[in-house]
Formats: sequence, structure tokens, C-alpha cells
Amino acid sequence: MNSRERILGRVRRALADVPDDAGPYEEAVARDYLREHGHRSVPETVDLLAENLADYRALVHRCTDGELPELVARLLSAHGSGSVVVPQGLPTGWLEAVDAALVQDSAASTAPELDRIDSVVTGCAVAVAETGTIVLDGSSDQGRRRITLVPDHHICVVRVPDQVVSSVPEALGRLDPKRPLTWISGPSATSDIELDRVEGVHGPRTLEVVLVDGS
Amino acid sequence: MSGTFVGMPAFPVAAREAVGNETLRGNLRHATHTIRDKRARAVAELDDWAALREAGKQIKDHTLRHLDRYLVQVEEAVTAAGGTVHWAADADEANEIVTRLVQETGESEVVKVKSMATQEIGLNEALEARGIHAYETDLAELIVQLGKDRPSHILVPAIHRNRGEIRDIFRSEMSEWGRPAPENLTDTPAELAEAARLHLREKFLRAKVGISGANFVVAETGTLVVVESEGNGRMCLTLPETLISVVGIEKIVPTWQDLEVFLQTLPRSSTAERMNPYTSMWTGTGDGRAGEGDGPRTFHLVLLDNGRTDTLADEVGRQALRCIRCSACLNVCPVYERAGGHAYGSVYPGPIGAILSPQLRGTGSEIDASLPYASSLCGACYEVCPVAIDIPEVLVHLRERVVQGGPAVRQGNRVVLKPARGHAAERAAMRAAQWAFTRPGALRTGQRLASRTRRLHPRTLPGPGRAWSGSRDLPAVPAEPFRDWWQRTRGGKDGAK
Ligand code: SF4
Repeated sequence: MNSRERILGRVRRALADVPDDAGPYEEAVARDYLREHGHRSVPETVDLLAENLADYRALVHRCTDGELPELVARLLSAHGSGSVVVPQGLPTGWLEAVDAALVQDSAASTAPELDRIDSVVTGCAVAVAETGTIVLDGSSDQGRRRITLVPDHHICVVRVPDQVVSSVPEALGRLDPKRPLTWISGPSATSDIELDRVEGVHGPRTLEVVLVDGS
Repeated sequence: MSGTFVGMPAFPVAAREAVGNETLRGNLRHATHTIRDKRARAVAELDDWAALREAGKQIKDHTLRHLDRYLVQVEEAVTAAGGTVHWAADADEANEIVTRLVQETGESEVVKVKSMATQEIGLNEALEARGIHAYETDLAELIVQLGKDRPSHILVPAIHRNRGEIRDIFRSEMSEWGRPAPENLTDTPAELAEAARLHLREKFLRAKVGISGANFVVAETGTLVVVESEGNGRMCLTLPETLISVVGIEKIVPTWQDLEVFLQTLPRSSTAERMNPYTSMWTGTGDGRAGEGDGPRTFHLVLLDNGRTDTLADEVGRQALRCIRCSACLNVCPVYERAGGHAYGSVYPGPIGAILSPQLRGTGSEIDASLPYASSLCGACYEVCPVAIDIPEVLVHLRERVVQGGPAVRQGNRVVLKPARGHAAERAAMRAAQWAFTRPGALRTGQRLASRTRRLHPRTLPGPGRAWSGSRDLPAVPAEPFRDWWQRTRGGKDGAK
């Protein structure tokens, strides 16, 4: 008997005492928890996102569509970035004012190559106000997971209010589990040394989130 | 479970030693109190906490009740997404599988994400024996590995070390493993973290094989979820060409939607944050559809039993398999706070360890027989548990098994356990209780938490536990405040037998 059969057999014998409940899974769990916490207007939800991102030490900026290229350029030069990795599908206009060298995301680029690049600019899939989280799903304006991981400075552009949801349940409803997903809540951090929070162990040490008012 | 710390004395002996170590106790007290207070605030933000907790419990119970079906579904979904599924009945088999998979890549080093399952099976040692170096990349695990030490907490394994000790370990050990610690390294957390960043980055950038566990596996989609803070998890899950994930069979949740419960309860219960800094989710290798060219090209999932089906066979004890390893129960436990994680002789310390280890490993050894006594039954662990595991109920049930013997399942076979001779374990445990409650501070904690939760507890124990609660003066549900009970019985010296 192989281990697969052995384990499945053990599971079935272990559950011999359990009465069969053939009901559908949808009825097995009471989901009377909340879809979102509190009642907020759309602007209030965006404000909450900004507040919770900042609480986790992301740097939050707000601007209009037209101001975005200037702002991105300013943030990169303030950070002293000489090179920026760019996802294939990032709207070209976002970087039109940037001086730094632009490096296209490519499946061929290696981790050591990425390690020499200063910054990355991406869009996002969805942002969660209640937790201060941005979620990347590898779409063409976000690129492969490694480009938001290895460079030390990440600028993430969130279109508000379209890409903002209130809560974790709402965010999951918008995401496709087949895609590689990365949920980011503030910069990398550790509390392993006497529970003192220290930012930036392995991921980008600086996370800047730009909330762009698109409407 | 082969993860028994070799030569480990029974809990009372180990605990007595730990209690005598002032540094250890100071570090522990600071850490547990800090997280405990923060957690209460994080939980209070969600006014549907009770409903989330109940849903989490129901999801896990339902999954366990149909585990055979969900295991097969996971296998199908992961395979369809381009992954390969392996089944491991015990630690040796899991280690064999992982070793072979690493050997097939031709590599002799791997980077690891912190994982309880791989610690439980002693994977690092098994790999080392075959000439494969496994590098722990979680900062706390790195501290433990460099210090040739053992983890003492589920979430913060180096909780027993203070900054000065960590600096000394980095200074003396880092060069043995790779990039040495910077000259003049001080003991500020920022400098220590920076030293770890530099030391590990060279490993991440060249790593070809990553090994992880998972917090959740979604049956309907085959998606794995890893929750972390530092980004070391993202590094190991993203950069290597081959990823091997060793996952206990109890980690399954049926649907994608179920994550909405656990992604709310886990971070708040463990690190006391609204959300942990990073969560990675991946489904196979992307199967050429969505995730092409993103992340490892080869993905192996090793489904691990190693005592879990034996635990599932126990009607009272199986609820321990609901555990999502948040570690909240450790941080509120007055016994853990004083004894420290090492005293439990297992990778699973604290209240959850006291019920999980003796079930995964059986109660044959002295340490495992004594673990169900490593508790005051104050109920604090039950109150904080985000999946409502009634740890006191299971403790009492396991005590009965140790003392009276009875039917159990070991490695899939029904056995009848003999009673522990002369109630040796119980006597040992009562001695253990004495040291734990010699300070009023610990007592007050127990009392306050117990009285708050009392109405949540069942009045009598179900099943075989009823006999215990009927005939003994150590009820699972404190009918009187813990402190009164303590004073009346002097910790069980004359009351508990
Ligand atoms: S038993 Fe409950 S509180 Fe303890 S680690 Fe597991 S889930 Fe968390």
C-alpha cells in the first residue's frame, strides 16, 4: 500500500464515529460575520486606507491624474534613484518626467541584476482600507513578483476610488486565485529582536503609495 | 513525530530549570506581555470577532470531518496547476521525499521559510546528514540556527534571547555560515536586522531551491498561502527555480472564500497587526496561464501525516487540528510565561503544544506524559484562541488517558494504553504546578482570565472527560475563581487527588 492510500485509509477510519452530513458546504458554515467594519462614504474609505498605510510606515502621497508624472519623478529623485525597473504594461505616461534609467521587467533578468536597481514603480490590483494593504496580482502593470521584492524602493500607484475596497472579504472577491498574489501592508518589518519593530529586513525598505484620483 | 528534543527531561524538571534562569524569564515576560496587550487592541477593532471565530471553527471542523475528500481535491487542483503532490505518512518518509527532490536538482544548499512542519520532522538535520545545507532565513530562526539553539515560541522562536545575546551570536557565528557580521556590530535592533539582511541576501540571490510550509492550502483552487513579515518568505517563494512545500494535512481550507475569515483572525491573533506585512499566494506553477515566468518553475507539495490522523481519531483531541499556529495561547499562558518554550520539549510549546505534542507523538515518553499537566486550566488559552479550541478540555482528557489508560490510535493502529504506573505523571505534574504559581502576579492573570471566560465553558466535560471532572477537584471549568481554588487546595497538593 502506498502512503497516499495509507493516509486516506487512516483518515476514513479516524472519522468512523462522525455522522455523515451530506449537506452542501455553503450551508456548513455560518457566515454572519461582517463584510465590512463600519459604514463609510467612498472618500472616507480612501482616507482610512491612507491612514492605515501610514500607520504601518508606508509613505502615502495623493495627487490627481495630471500630477502623477511629476510626483513619480520627484519621489524617485528624492530617493536618489539612478535606475528604475518598469513592468511591461505600466502606462508610459507615468514615467515621462523621470530622469533615472528605465529597465524593462523581463523573464530573463536575474536576481543579482535586479539587486543593482534602485527602485520599482508598479500599479496594483486592489487596496484594502481596513488593513492598509495593497495587493499585486502580476498583471502587466505590476510585473513579476521579484521586481517588487529585490529593489529597495517600491512606488505603488493606486487608482482611487476604483481600486479601493473596505475589507479583506471584499478584496478576496476581486482577486483571481490562479494568479500569483502578493499582499503588502507597509514595508518589510521584523519584531524578532525583543519585539522592537525594525523596518526593512529583506523586502523594500521604503514603500511609497501614491493614491491617484482618477475621477 | 521525530521532533522530540533529544534527551529532554519531563516538563516539571525542564520547567524548574527554566524558572531559575532570570534572563530567560525577563525576556519572556516582556515579550508575552507586549504581544498580549497589542493583540487585545487589534481584536477589539473588529466587532464581529465572535462571529469570525465561530466561522473559523466551523470551517476547520467541516474540513477535518471530510478530510479524505479535501485531500484528494487538493491533489487534483495542485496537479492541474502544474505542481506535483507527494504523500508522507511520517517524518522519515517526508524527509526522504524532500531529500530526494533536492538531490534531483543537483543542489547542495536550500533556503528555508520558517515552517513548523519542517521543524517537527527535523528536516534540517535530515538534509545535513545527506550533505545538504538548509539555511533558515527568518531572522529569529537564523538566530536560533546560528546559536545552535532550539526555538522557544511558534511566532518569535528567539523570544528567549535579548539583543546583547543576539549580537554575540552574530559576531561569533555568522562567518561560519557565510558573510560575517559587520565590524563593530552593536546591539541595536536596526543594526542587527541590517546584519541579517546582508548575510542572507547573498544566499537568496544564488538560491536554486526553496523550502517552505504553508499557513493554508485552498482545496478548490490548489492555492497555497504563506503569511510573514520580513520578506524572507517572499524571497524563498519567488527567486528559486524549485519550491518544495511541506504541509500538514490539517492546513486545508475548502474554498477561496474561507481565507476571508483566517486572513482577518490570524494576523490579529499572532502579531497583533491588522495585517502582516507580506502574504504570498501561489497556485501550482501557474500552469502556463496566469503566472507564467513568475516564480519557481517546479513546485512540489508534500502532504504530511506524522500523527495527524492518529489525532483525528480522538473524538475530544481532534479539535487540536483546528490550530492555525497563531501563538496567542502561548502569550497568555501563565505557565508558558514562566517556564519558556524549551521546557515543553517539542517544536510546539505552550498550551497548544501541551495538547498537540502528546497526540502527535503519543504519551509513551516521560515528557509527553507530563505535558497535559503543563497548565493551570485557567482557560485563558481557550478565550484567545481564534478557532475556539477548548484546550482545557483536551488537557483534562489527555490527563485521564495518561492516568487511566484506554483506547487510542498509534500510527493508524488501535491500541490500548496502560495506565501510568502509580499516577507518576500526575504526581510529577503537581510538583510542576508548585513552581509555576509561587508568584501572585501569575496567579492574578490566571484568575482574571478565568473568571472572564467562565460562562463560555461547558459545565461538565463531554465524553470520557466527565468521569474526571466528576471525581476530581480540578475542574476544567473553574467553578470558583482560580485564585480561591489555589488557596484552598494549595495548587493541588492536597486537593487534586
Ligand atoms: S491553539 Fe488557538 S490560540 Fe493556540 S496557536 Fe493554535 S490557533 Fe492560536
